[in-house]
Amino acid sequence: MAYSEQEIQAGLAEIVSEETGLPTDSVLPEKSFTDDLDIDSLSMMTIVTLAEEKFSVRIPDDEVKNLTTVGDAVSYISGAQSA
Amino acid sequence: MTRPTLTQATGPAHTRILGLGAVRGELTVPNDDLVGPIDSSDEWIRQRTGIVTRRRAAEGTDVLDLAEAAANDAIKAAGLTGADIDAVLLSTVTYFHQTPAGAAIIADRIGATPAAAWDISAACAGYCYGIAQADALVRAGTARNVLVIGAEKMSEFVDPTDRSISFLLGDGAGAVVVGASDTPGIGPTVWGSDGAQAQAIRQTHSWLDVRDTDAGWPTLRQEGPTVFKWAGFQMAPIASQAMAAAGVEPEQIEAFIPHQANMRIIDQMIKQLKLPESVVIGRDIADTGNTSAASIPLAAERLLREGQVPSGALALQIGFGAGLVYAAQVVVLP
Repeated sequence: MAYSEQEIQAGLAEIVSEETGLPTDSVLPEKSFTDDLDIDSLSMMTIVTLAEEKFSVRIPDDEVKNLTTVGDAVSYISGAQSA
Repeated sequence: MTRPTLTQATGPAHTRILGLGAVRGELTVPNDDLVGPIDSSDEWIRQRTGIVTRRRAAEGTDVLDLAEAAANDAIKAAGLTGADIDAVLLSTVTYFHQTPAGAAIIADRIGATPAAAWDISAACAGYCYGIAQADALVRAGTARNVLVIGAEKMSEFVDPTDRSISFLLGDGAGAVVVGASDTPGIGPTVWGSDGAQAQAIRQTHSWLDVRDTDAGWPTLRQEGPTVFKWAGFQMAPIASQAMAAAGVEPEQIEAFIPHQANMRIIDQMIKQLKLPESVVIGRDIADTGNTSAASIPLAAERLLREGQVPSGALALQIGFGAGLVYAAQVVVLP
């Protein structure tokens, strides 16, 4: 069963919150992982790996650098699960 | 003509680590000494790696000097002499001779000639690869006492302007003697490789390029986030398999001694393994740095020396690195 973008956004916010300690309601689609949420490349890989497991998708390492905002990641995951 | 039936060697049922030796580079190098060329800061390195200082060897000390010192300490700790050693395995990626093997030179220096001697190229998994081979050699009756050394002078392999791995690296050597035991002291090794990811941790260019181009001295590079993801998430199941193969539960492990690659990787592995808080963690990287094949025995030596775990404790160790290669086993600490 495919997750809706709303479900992906909510699930991703939980993962980011768990990794960073930030409240889930601060993990908004327009937020930049690096500039707004202060997430470094290693934490980003943790988030990506947990998102892959949660949403049963594959996010290639080369693709991660293109995921600038939370919304970028939601869109990518949404597209990847229907691919 | 009737062919004779060959005699095949058989050995003791069990092996263990009889003695451990360790040396670290003479120099203590703080982060502030390295941050200039990589436009970084002490805080950035600490936050990204957990490293505060690293140990590096002096200019006149080479990797064989480090290996020899650790080897002599290990043999002494085992209550043996060089003459008792009949195989020497040297795990290193920083002995800069294609041939002969550094192990043969070490065997001679420690008085073990004519011990069998060869080098192992398994990068940061080299020590655990050596333990696997030593255990097999003794139990097969091919050798009685095997010296396993992980030795590196990684500072010969660094580029001061590299932001991927150079600033993590340190120098040192750890050595153990593996021999017969009345009780099981080395669990089965779970190991493997993934050459499809050979570029994840790599030498910048080959020795042929040094000869044929103006590429200069080769150094190490890594795809940090890729390695973090692989080591942090895919190595925990390997470590779990090693515990299962040895017949021990996580709560029976007294020490977890992973390769000292990066404190963030160590923390992620602990999280994935769900180890109980009672397990003592090897965190020697904070002031020794990443010493590749030497890091596990160095971390073990520290836990024992500081009394964090007693002799006889069960330790889960896992090495992982360039190849990619990995190996894990549960051992009884000497």
